[in-house]
Amino acid sequence: MSEILNVNNLTMRFDKKTVFKDLNFKLEEGSMTALLGPNGTGKTTLINILMKMFPPTAGSFKFAADVRLGYVPQFRNLDAEYPLSIAAFTGLNAPLIKSKKVKDIINKQLKETNLYDIRNTRMGEASGGQKQRAYLAQALLDNPNVIILDEATASLDPMAKEELMQLIEHLNEKHNITVLFVTHDVPLATKYMQNYLYLNHQQIAQGRMADFKEEYE
Amino acid sequence: MFAYDFMRNAFLASTFIAITCGTVGVYVVARNFSFLAHTLSEIGFAGAAFAVWLGIGSLWGMLLFTLLGSISVGELSLHSEQKESSISAISALFTGLGVLFLAISGVNSNYATNILFGSIIGVDKQGVVQLVLLSVIVLLMIFSIQKALNFDSFDHIGALAHGVKSGWVSLIFLIALAMSVSIGAQIVGSLLVFILLTLPPATANYLGKTIGAMIAWSIFFALIGVWLGLYLGFLTNLPVTFFIAVIEVAIYLITYFTHVIKRSL
Repeated sequence: MSEILNVNNLTMRFDKKTVFKDLNFKLEEGSMTALLGPNGTGKTTLINILMKMFPPTAGSFKFAADVRLGYVPQFRNLDAEYPLSIAAFTGLNAPLIKSKKVKDIINKQLKETNLYDIRNTRMGEASGGQKQRAYLAQALLDNPNVIILDEATASLDPMAKEELMQLIEHLNEKHNITVLFVTHDVPLATKYMQNYLYLNHQQIAQGRMADFKEEYE
Repeated sequence: MFAYDFMRNAFLASTFIAITCGTVGVYVVARNFSFLAHTLSEIGFAGAAFAVWLGIGSLWGMLLFTLLGSISVGELSLHSEQKESSISAISALFTGLGVLFLAISGVNSNYATNILFGSIIGVDKQGVVQLVLLSVIVLLMIFSIQKALNFDSFDHIGALAHGVKSGWVSLIFLIALAMSVSIGAQIVGSLLVFILLTLPPATANYLGKTIGAMIAWSIFFALIGVWLGLYLGFLTNLPVTFFIAVIEVAIYLITYFTHVIKRSL
């Protein structure tokens, strides 16, 4: 298996506060990794740096040349009156006037994420699990080979959690998409992820999920 | 009715204005800019008063002030924690300036009324050409950034996660919004221009499930308002702005209550 991400001595400071220091880790193509760690240890900061939303203070990282990143961020502010349908929301990541080909791609992703039958439901009226799947479908429109999900299951009920995780597992198995899954939920990560990254006290640890023993403090 | 030149001019100008405001309004509502549209109306009033004082056409004064106001208020509200208070402060300043410019330019109160409440019936051929041209420019601006604007307006966080250049989109949209306020004010007046920018799209929010459908509904309701308003104004000799306001509010309330009743069933 080849390397898809290589992180080298990555350091981030805001003013005088050091978020993390000299992080080193690698992700392999087709792997499923949970990014674990207590609140405020910089998991989202690390993801934002990897997404090039802002630069690190020091150090570097490198994705494989053929990488296509998909990112599902943590918070969306869609209220109950949000008007767009699930299909229209997913299609925001495409031109307003859609060719047959673009429509086919959107429909394919809606089917893949089990949203096709409810594609005309308004996002404002969709359940938490349906919304998360629509965020994922929107990110999948770019045909990514790496997908980063930030706390995607945080607000979901147990059923919806399982459904989303099975979908992510399916994407990994069928399309060989590399998954980096930010979460607090250790049991869920143990069930679905192969590896872990544990971020705490400005440091990162890497290992197999089955061996994960770090305590949250 | 169409035998009169001024009615033909009024219909042509307001048709284009309704299409422009109906389209731009969908993004005003999606971006939660209703309050900003309101403030820009007041800034537009100051701009028109400024133009009167200088002795140039009121449209140009409005364009100047709303463009400056839109960009500064837009930037301020993006970066300030006190979004609503800072907009209120700017709005107070500009309304005060408007009153000042009107007073020192010594025009009669009839002129002030025209600025505040609109005077579509008074638009001449040249005015129509200007309004149509500006409308087309605004629509072209929106169309040229439509993909990024749609993403950023309807899913700001998703757009950021996707690397959409949201700063540029926001700036171009604020310019388009300022222009829409200036041209919209020519029919409904600066005091009520936010009607066309907020009510038809707010109504469309309940009816459309895609951006295309929302824009179509929004334009439709804006057109009904201005056409019917002009017709009723012509029949009764009462202010067109009054009819437009009542029609848009009525359409909005009917749609809103239908939505509430449907949901509770």
